[in-house]
Amino acid sequence: MAENQRILVCAGTGCASSGALPIIDILNDEIKRQGLEETVSVVGTGCQGFCEKGPTLVIEPQQILYTRVTGEDVAEIVEQELIKGERVERLLLVDQTTQKPVSLMADIKFFAKQHRIILHNCGVIDPKKIEDYTARDGYKGIEKALKEMSPEDVLEEVKKSGLRGRGGAGFPTGLKWGFCRSTPSDKKYIICNADEGDPGAFMDRSVLEGDPHSVIEGMLIGAYAIGADEGYVYCRAEYPLAIKHLGIAIRQAEEAGYLGDNILGSGFNFHLNVFEGAGAFVCGEETALIASIEGKRGMPRVRPPFPAVSGLWGKPTNNNNVETWSNIPHILRNGAEWYGQFGTEKSKGTKIFALTGKVNNTGLVEVPMGTTLREIIFGIGDGIQGGKKFKAVQIGGPSGGCLPDDMLDLSVDYDTLMQAGAMVGSGGLVIMDETTCMVDIARYFLNFTKKESCGKCTPCREGTTRMYEILDRITKGEGKEEDLDTLETLALTIKETSLCGLGQSAPNPILATLKYFRHEYEAHIRNHKCPAHNCSALLSYTIDVEKCKMCSLCAKNCPTNCISGDKKTNTPYVIDEDKCIKCGTCIDKCKFGAVSRA
Amino acid sequence: MSTACEELVDPKQIKLDQIIDKHKHGNGPLIPILQGAQEVYGYLPAHVIKHISKATRIPVARIYGVVTFYAQFRQTPVGRNLINICLGTACHVRGGAKIVETIEKELKIKDGATTEDGRFTLEVIACIGACGLAPVISINNEVHGRLLPESIAGILAKYE
Repeated sequence: MAENQRILVCAGTGCASSGALPIIDILNDEIKRQGLEETVSVVGTGCQGFCEKGPTLVIEPQQILYTRVTGEDVAEIVEQELIKGERVERLLLVDQTTQKPVSLMADIKFFAKQHRIILHNCGVIDPKKIEDYTARDGYKGIEKALKEMSPEDVLEEVKKSGLRGRGGAGFPTGLKWGFCRSTPSDKKYIICNADEGDPGAFMDRSVLEGDPHSVIEGMLIGAYAIGADEGYVYCRAEYPLAIKHLGIAIRQAEEAGYLGDNILGSGFNFHLNVFEGAGAFVCGEETALIASIEGKRGMPRVRPPFPAVSGLWGKPTNNNNVETWSNIPHILRNGAEWYGQFGTEKSKGTKIFALTGKVNNTGLVEVPMGTTLREIIFGIGDGIQGGKKFKAVQIGGPSGGCLPDDMLDLSVDYDTLMQAGAMVGSGGLVIMDETTCMVDIARYFLNFTKKESCGKCTPCREGTTRMYEILDRITKGEGKEEDLDTLETLALTIKETSLCGLGQSAPNPILATLKYFRHEYEAHIRNHKCPAHNCSALLSYTIDVEKCKMCSLCAKNCPTNCISGDKKTNTPYVIDEDKCIKCGTCIDKCKFGAVSRA
Repeated sequence: MSTACEELVDPKQIKLDQIIDKHKHGNGPLIPILQGAQEVYGYLPAHVIKHISKATRIPVARIYGVVTFYAQFRQTPVGRNLINICLGTACHVRGGAKIVETIEKELKIKDGATTEDGRFTLEVIACIGACGLAPVISINNEVHGRLLPESIAGILAKYE
């Protein structure tokens, strides 16, 4: 073989739990056995983004993707792909539209339609090696800033880029930095919020796992512009691999002289600490996060004073999330103008979305702001699993909303989504199909926010619990006609009277589902029916005599023995509705499709 | 004489004191100390909280305030194996509730409880960020994904 090849094995949290780690060792052994170690190298990378099909591996330079690889496949891949140069067809991805296998990443919709700037290193480099990062222009941004630019120049560049905070609200990053910079103080802090608590979002985890140096470099540049000399990364304890990779990266950056005192001989000092969160969703709110680092209960406080004036230990503090920080090196390296070509007029750059739920291609997706939901879900995501019908997309986590199919052509940017009653939020996109009940989804989110409410403001503490109780009743068929009005009144009161973002946005899942899926609420309350056949208390099961082969499998597996019938006496099988607990075992066990639920 | 003294000192306590010494002079030492203490003891017994209070001069009431606020801290012992069942949004829409139900039935305990033989502790959590593999659980930080109710028994059998 003429050219050198690299095999990139995804070792992110998703693929590692699908069994990726042993594959790296088996590959290395097999390559040695075949005498290929001179020309082929194996790299364990961070998240390649295509978690659904993991473990994934990519052969470079051809960019061939193999999916659902196991240890047993390794010998065949080495023999067929590396020695003969032929594909192992059974491990290739099958395109759901054409039903044909595709091998090149450029031909795979999931990758071809993305625009990877923030993720350009994720899944390509070994995140545990600083030299992999520097080989791809890493730390060039901070070098440029320290050698050629004043802190004011850096601040101007970030302002000009139009970057807005990726944590949820979309506040202009440059403006935020400016507030902190202009507050006089002997000491300032910057914080990286890696307390990615939104269920259904994992972009920050993937960036920290797969490209931790980009976050460090972004923070270095920010600290220089703001005039801070110490920083904290506040990371969820649920992300052990991210914490580990970040720790390794910080040590390497210190050894290489990018962190510490007198960085690159410039006289600029910056020290970075990692703080492990202890499990509280509300700590994503910046004043709560600061209280948590100070060792207190993580409860938000009244602003002003804003953290830019009085933050951590009473000092001016600037807080951005992981994805925001990792945008910064790209802006510095390539300039604000280059950055401004991506996205819409008011939402610049790209955004990473975690595409999950009932979609064919789940994983991490980076697209320019302004891409339509349809393009993300049906283009990159390749449509709905099992050929089912799309119902809604939940965007923005517990603070966001659900949007129906006639809004699929909306441009995904801060302002458009806010108008539609959802928000970009951290970027979780959970796809729901016809079998997802929207009342149950609202109930699910309220269950989450009621548990996570810190309890400081009465409307949030009590109100979310009351709303949950009402929703729970509705899903059990005990809803009352006046419930919907009560829900709306409560929702608007909580929005107006809560102190922090958690409380103000907690009613959003209810308001959005009431706006777009009111008929589902009404069906539960008036007809005692769940249109999605999801709420078990509202289901009834029947056996179709025509289709029933009297095999008795349903009756044998029924936990309450409520199915009776007899083949010998030709007595048809029937379900006793009074005893039925609607567990659905009969429908799962029937091989002839004779049991139906309504 | 020194040997006799060493025998009297609880090795866990020595570790705890090392953790306290490492953090107590830094800013905001309480949470890292509690995290370290929980790693040593598996949970935060009352006598440990009192000891931390004495050593750091942080009032017991304040420590309890922090311990009860954060989901990570526990005041009861944990079983030999800790099962975290993810009920994030992606897991929820892909049938996570059925997984909770199956595990609760299999182990005959509810969320937050420990089996009588101390083999498993069960906790339902919000999201472990492995949404691509939904529904998922993690046992002792080892993630199991793409679960079906029928795969549960086989997975649990691997943990003693």
